[in-house]
Amino acid sequence: MLRYVFRRLLTAIPTLFVIVTVAFFLIRVAPGGPFNQERGLSPEIRANLEAQFGLNDPLWLQYVHYLGNLLRGNFGPSYNLPDFTVTELFAKGLPISVQIGSSALVLALLLGSILGTIAALNQNKLADYSVIALATAGSTIPTFVIAPVIQLLFGLSWKLLPIGGWGEGAFINKVGPVLTLALPQIAIVARLMRGSMIESLRSHHIRTARALGLSDWSVVVKHALRGAVLPIVSFTGPAAAALLTGSIIVETIFSIPGVGRYFVDAALNRDYTLVMGTVVVIALFTIVFNLIVDLLYAVVDPRVRYD
Amino acid sequence: MTDLAVAVPEPIVGRSLWGNAWARLKRNRAAMFSLYYLALIAVVSVFGPWVVPHQYTAIYGDYVRMPPSLSAYPKPDMIQGALTDAIKRMRVDIKEWHQDGSRVIVTVTSKKPVDDRNIRYLDRSDAFDDTRIESKSPDGLEMTMSSAIKQQYFLFGTDNTGRDLLSRTLMAGRISLAIGLLAGVVAGVIGVIYGATAGFAGGKVDEVMMRIVDVLYSLPFIFFVIMLVVFFGRNFVLMFLAVGAVLWLDMARIVRGQALSIRRQEYVQAAEAMGVGQRGILLRHVIPNLLGPVVIYMTLLVPQVIILESFLSFLGLGVQEPMTSWGVLISVGAKNIGYANWLLLFPAFFLVSTLFALNFVGDGLRDALDPKDR
Repeated sequence: MLRYVFRRLLTAIPTLFVIVTVAFFLIRVAPGGPFNQERGLSPEIRANLEAQFGLNDPLWLQYVHYLGNLLRGNFGPSYNLPDFTVTELFAKGLPISVQIGSSALVLALLLGSILGTIAALNQNKLADYSVIALATAGSTIPTFVIAPVIQLLFGLSWKLLPIGGWGEGAFINKVGPVLTLALPQIAIVARLMRGSMIESLRSHHIRTARALGLSDWSVVVKHALRGAVLPIVSFTGPAAAALLTGSIIVETIFSIPGVGRYFVDAALNRDYTLVMGTVVVIALFTIVFNLIVDLLYAVVDPRVRYD
Repeated sequence: MTDLAVAVPEPIVGRSLWGNAWARLKRNRAAMFSLYYLALIAVVSVFGPWVVPHQYTAIYGDYVRMPPSLSAYPKPDMIQGALTDAIKRMRVDIKEWHQDGSRVIVTVTSKKPVDDRNIRYLDRSDAFDDTRIESKSPDGLEMTMSSAIKQQYFLFGTDNTGRDLLSRTLMAGRISLAIGLLAGVVAGVIGVIYGATAGFAGGKVDEVMMRIVDVLYSLPFIFFVIMLVVFFGRNFVLMFLAVGAVLWLDMARIVRGQALSIRRQEYVQAAEAMGVGQRGILLRHVIPNLLGPVVIYMTLLVPQVIILESFLSFLGLGVQEPMTSWGVLISVGAKNIGYANWLLLFPAFFLVSTLFALNFVGDGLRDALDPKDR
């Protein structure tokens, strides 16, 4: 097991290397630079700034420097927010995005599994159709419609929630963003769970369990669920990586100071180091969560072995 | 051989695959309703902007953020305000005004003689029209004018700068649907050609082509899109061609898989055994059998593109003002929910209902073309 983890982490290094290289040269090929966009910056000042950040060196040298710094865990300074290093920016924003994202993920997994199971147990009945309708709605309505509608209903009409803001992490401020993030995921989980649960309930060991006279509860929760949960586990990997690294829509609409906006803003301002930092963080999250998911497989399904 | 007059029975005409599919689709009420709804939205979006009396760029300075209403503007209680505003611009004082049917009659006084050209201030107001001088006192210090009240309908209300939301929503529909189709077709064509080539060539070529797809797949999608925006600037036609060029990956995978499996079918082997050439097999067997999945996936691709366009426009990267799209309108609406929620609700309804309809049509087509799957 440990050897497997070690091997997986080793194979992640070339992947990460390719991603960093592609991203580095892609953003550099894009026209413009971090200091040509501000108006009123005299050429001398710009030249000095560029010299200070080493932007006048040949591209390959900059690339080598960047890789060297990266290996030492140094993401470099942000060009457009000169008072901060990229590491500081992430230290500030990432915990916020992770809090909201992980709450949304847990909510989606719990609620989605429950709804999917209810639908599967009541196949082609009212409960089933309601869950299907909810899942269709959840996966069709885009986030940038759900978020303002939640603000409008809960914030303005019923005055239950604040319209936006982080409020130093107060619970009430998180409800709206978490709900918005979770709804589409609930839809996906419910749909996956319904499908796999229906299949799991048809399998032989469930028939045996029923024949042995086990209660419905025990049949579903102890025996069927274990077989049905595999697609959910494989969904969780990419979903967790996406949710925890911040959603630009949700964070913009609810004014949450997370990391969701970093990438877009940085790319538009050619804040090279911040773009690279975001790419590395997202890639790391993806690699780690995919590894966790693969390990979880072995826990859930004893047929899977990593030797 | 004797000629026997046997009545030849009418040959039974079999239904084609597509005939069958159409018959099945017609029985699917949700899909048919969605199909009609989509047709309606398309017609309204294409022709609507010419029918609605307001230009989508026309600014009515006196009607900023007017709520939607079925009755005409100006409302009776707004006439006084509009009149006072216009008269104030003339730098004269109102002596008396009253409404007479569809016209207002106003008498103004001033310490200096009133200039006749002042009536244009009334015409300039969005509420009045066709202003005439009724009478003038001999010393010119007092003038009576009459002006028609300009009846205007804003069924969806107006936006922050006083533009009619109905014409803007319809115009936005035109753009959103056009982009959806354009980028959808680009993605579809690239995906089909790439996937079919890989699936048909097989072997090493297929291996290499599909590894390329895998690599592109593993890069974060949003990274790609943002990079395209960075490269192409904000030229939206170019950009959505580019977006279409990013979305072809799924289509390529689906088509390749289908092409591979069709080639292994027994009827293809039978055709090969009978000496049918590659070309014949491609035209007679592979392409017709590929069409089903391609059509299904295209209907699912179009809503994806529309969502993507809205997402980019929401971030301010897509369609630029004064041109508009549902994403642009929703993003403006989201910023104004506090005092003008119709700015969010109407465009959101159009977008969401169109997405639902496209999904239902896609599901209906899947059931109709692939009955095994049910």
